[in-house]
Amino acid sequence: MSDIAERVKKIVIDHLGVDADKVVEGASFIDDLGADSLDTVELVMAFEEEFGVEIPDDAADSILTVGDAVKFIEKAQA
Amino acid sequence: MRRVVITGTGMVSPLGCGTEVSWQRLLAGQNAARVVTEFEVEDLPAKIACRIPVGDGSDGTFNVDQWMEPKEQRKVDPFIIYGVAAAEMALTDAGWHPQTDEDQIATGVLIGSGIGGLEGIVEAGYTLRDKGPRRISPFFIPGRLINLVSGQVSIRHKLRGPNHSVVTACSTGAHAIGDAARLIMLGDADVMVAGGAESPICRISLAGFAACKALSTQRNDDPQKASRPYDRDRDGFVMGEGAGIVVLEELEHAKARGAKIYAEVVGYGLSGDAFHITAPSEDGDGAFRCMTSALKRAGLGASDLDYINAHGTSTMADTIELGAVERLVGNAASKISMSSTKSAIGHLLGAAGAVEAIFSALAIRDNIAPPTLNLDNPDVETAIDLVPHTARKRDINVALSNSFGFGGTNASLVLRRYDA
Repeated sequence: MSDIAERVKKIVIDHLGVDADKVVEGASFIDDLGADSLDTVELVMAFEEEFGVEIPDDAADSILTVGDAVKFIEKAQA
Repeated sequence: MRRVVITGTGMVSPLGCGTEVSWQRLLAGQNAARVVTEFEVEDLPAKIACRIPVGDGSDGTFNVDQWMEPKEQRKVDPFIIYGVAAAEMALTDAGWHPQTDEDQIATGVLIGSGIGGLEGIVEAGYTLRDKGPRRISPFFIPGRLINLVSGQVSIRHKLRGPNHSVVTACSTGAHAIGDAARLIMLGDADVMVAGGAESPICRISLAGFAACKALSTQRNDDPQKASRPYDRDRDGFVMGEGAGIVVLEELEHAKARGAKIYAEVVGYGLSGDAFHITAPSEDGDGAFRCMTSALKRAGLGASDLDYINAHGTSTMADTIELGAVERLVGNAASKISMSSTKSAIGHLLGAAGAVEAIFSALAIRDNIAPPTLNLDNPDVETAIDLVPHTARKRDINVALSNSFGFGGTNASLVLRRYDA
């Protein structure tokens, strides 16, 4: 797993209080990890803070899974 | 009008986590005041407070993880956690866990707070200034709003009846219980979870209340002597924190399910001073009318009173309250015991009236008046027993609990022993 993926995973575990083994690439924040709409807003803010990137609202709306977040951040930092 | 009784209590107080542990320590004369060490107090005029004992949950300590999931804790200010914890205790104590639509809809929540999530608002202010609006959490607002104690309790226990809240400074807890009892009397609910929660011990709050000249600032080196209601050497209140929650229930509803009954809520009075933003009027008119109206509602006379849990904050206002009580009770003064439990737990602001109503109910249950600590030299002579230093065993069938708040907002509750 890449460094970005590890850091994303850690943020998700901390914010959603879920077990590490559930935080897989295809896991949906809302459907699989118990997040509500406010949790996802806060998650996106935490990603912005951790990686120093800006995630506009329309882009945030398309980040639905752990893998979506990793891909967005990798692209933004490339 | 339908009758209302208390069938459950829950409390997080500076004397401990739980009603019974707090009560037993109160009767034993324990004092919760200490120097604040959790944050910088060097530059504050008041460096002391009555803090909840935090620990692993044993020996009456408060273990936050027992009451709220860690991921939820960081989304809310502590007053919400205290309220959620005390409400869960009260519902468990009452044995009331509604499962059917009918029972859930018949059960409401009315929990208030005097100032709510002050600390979280300050921190979010720094975030806004230093990092900008995009860093304000979506949980900032719902983690600070005062009515979110009622909201959280309702969501957690599926209580779908009236969902309400009170904000009347230091009268909040008493108003919440009084108003909730009326909702039951009027038929809006059969059961109400009611009370107050507060977590005010932070720098901005100590600074603000000290600026109002309300806090004790002369005994930072001797904190357990600082809260001394009615004593001639008192110099202000000591801030406390916590929550007090009761389960109120319509009498027949409680009897039908064989619930334990602490006491009946027979009287509730309200008044406004219309005088000053922080000080009561010298003649104690607001307090007098408030108590008078609570007794009238109860259908009782002043001579029926056995115990009064005073507002008694350890400020100059103590003697004004005492004067109003003397005017109320007249010749019955010598049969009444009146104490201020703030001498042991400090002033819990919006939670004070609820915690003190619970103490009043327990005074009836156990026939004992809790003490007024540190009352070495009463400021004025009175025929009323102010219960100095040690608890007093005596018959208590009727108790009155006073709460007076900034803005000139007053509330009195009258509780009576329930005999089946």
